[in-house]
Amino acid sequence: MAQKKFVVGCFDDEAVLFPAVKQVRTAGYKIKDVYTPFAVHGLDHALGMRETSLHTAGFIYGITGTTTAISAISWIFTKDWPLNIGGKPHFALPAWIPIIFELTVLFAAVGMVLTFCYLCQLAPGVKKHHFHKRATDDLFVMAIECTDKTNTDDLLALLKANGAVETDVQVAEEDWWFGTYDKEEALPA
Amino acid sequence: MASIKEQFEIPGRLKTWSYSLIGIGGAVLLYGMFTKGFSSDEHEQVHFWGTLMYNTIFWTLICNAAMFFLSFSAMAQAAWMQSFRRVPEAISTLVPVFGGITLMVLLYIIFGHKHHIYHWLDAEAVAKDPILKGKVGFLNPTFFVIWTTLTISLWSLFGYRMRQLNNQADVAPMDAPTAKAFNIQSMVRSGFFLVWFGLTVASTIPWLWMMSIDAHWYSTMYSWYTFASTFVAGMALIALWVVYLKNKGYLELTNNEHLHDIAKFMFAFSIFWTYLWFSQYMLIWYANIPEETVYFKHRVQGPYKAIFFLNLIINFLAPLLILMKRSAKRNYTLVALMAVVIIFGHWIDFYQMVMGSLMKEHVELGVLDFGILAFFVGVMIFFVAKALASKPLIAKYHPFLKESIIHHT
Repeated sequence: MAQKKFVVGCFDDEAVLFPAVKQVRTAGYKIKDVYTPFAVHGLDHALGMRETSLHTAGFIYGITGTTTAISAISWIFTKDWPLNIGGKPHFALPAWIPIIFELTVLFAAVGMVLTFCYLCQLAPGVKKHHFHKRATDDLFVMAIECTDKTNTDDLLALLKANGAVETDVQVAEEDWWFGTYDKEEALPA
Repeated sequence: MASIKEQFEIPGRLKTWSYSLIGIGGAVLLYGMFTKGFSSDEHEQVHFWGTLMYNTIFWTLICNAAMFFLSFSAMAQAAWMQSFRRVPEAISTLVPVFGGITLMVLLYIIFGHKHHIYHWLDAEAVAKDPILKGKVGFLNPTFFVIWTTLTISLWSLFGYRMRQLNNQADVAPMDAPTAKAFNIQSMVRSGFFLVWFGLTVASTIPWLWMMSIDAHWYSTMYSWYTFASTFVAGMALIALWVVYLKNKGYLELTNNEHLHDIAKFMFAFSIFWTYLWFSQYMLIWYANIPEETVYFKHRVQGPYKAIFFLNLIINFLAPLLILMKRSAKRNYTLVALMAVVIIFGHWIDFYQMVMGSLMKEHVELGVLDFGILAFFVGVMIFFVAKALASKPLIAKYHPFLKESIIHHT
């Protein structure tokens, strides 16, 4: 539960946002994140974020599903409870392929959804500070982390110079927490 | 666009390669034709004509797949492929060439009455055979000849008309109404090709040309299986030429975003091919009816066992595991390598589809097969290079070109 100081700049246009992100980064400030109402193509690259490893996790979940299916089915049908089904061999691999496939997909899908939620810190009851409510509507909200040495006035001026429509300084919880918000904020009219 | 290299000049080494492949392959082809093709031994005849047949059908269909790619892209108004559209266009100019060879080979088989290849050519045997009698409306020489000729001519014609239309994009900038009319015209012309493609490659042609070798056997998956096989190999061939041209410093507007999408096609259609392979195999395995399993008996348990499983490994496991990663699909070396593997793999697939039915007792994959393959590769390189050099590499006034330049996956 660490409170931290952030400088927040809001933009109402993607075309303005991208150069601003570049300017802020070249000036040496650390952008915590940019909150956008929709997925913006190329913003992750502009922010210098590393490639997600979600797909690697997905591959591992998929392989786990394949292994689970093969070992479970082969154990059941050859050791635990062998049945004569249409005179087929007990180890009837072609007939198992659809189930192996389905289990691969199921493990990969469920695993990836849960990993995605974990990486984004999404769960029932989890709360996070909102830098600006309109980030879910029509505003691109850039949150910049401040250190002791950060000159907020300079930073605010930089944001304004780069086309921010709204700027402010917020001291806020940087991580998630369980519970409620101190006060329910109403959307600005 | 002054800095763009628009004109492809055929490098000397490529010419040397294509001439030597044509020379070596042509020598093997002619030697095979005179020692085996025209010999009195039926086994030798079947060996030679079967080998020539699967090679020529394979190359005709993968070159036709390039036109299919252009047509469905035009129909979907896809723009991403415009920066390298000359490559599939150049490959598709081979349809009349390889189609002509295919037509000659098939007509020779029909009129030369090679009933050891097409059992249904034997009128006496058909008269005594209730199953073949039931198929006689479809499997008869007249229909075969007419439909084959019509098919190859219309593929060539509709492909030619698609390429002709696109020449407009080289001449002068288009204003909005012209570009719109161009786009509609391009969709109409691709529509003709696609409908005819559906009636031929996706249904009747594989039944006639290849499935009818096992005249008693049939599979409803067969044509789609053939289509998937040739389409994925066709995408691999496009990838190979794109990488080659990039390597020589051409196609500046094509980058690894485009390569990524081509490789996605190679990856996805390898999986699709496996899906059809499995659907065909599993149903027959499960039902276990003798007249259906006859097709797989000597492939799974007989001499073709090694090729049968090799087929699955190189056409399914290799693309699945190697092309799965995003970085692999954006890597020119890896995509080129996988393109070669995929083309070779589906060539092997065609080998077992045709020769597995013609020569059930033993596998004779050898000099004749690779020689004829070399001949077709040489001819392919020669004509594709010629077609690439005959036009600017970029259709610079194409209305979709800008969208292709800024393409981003």
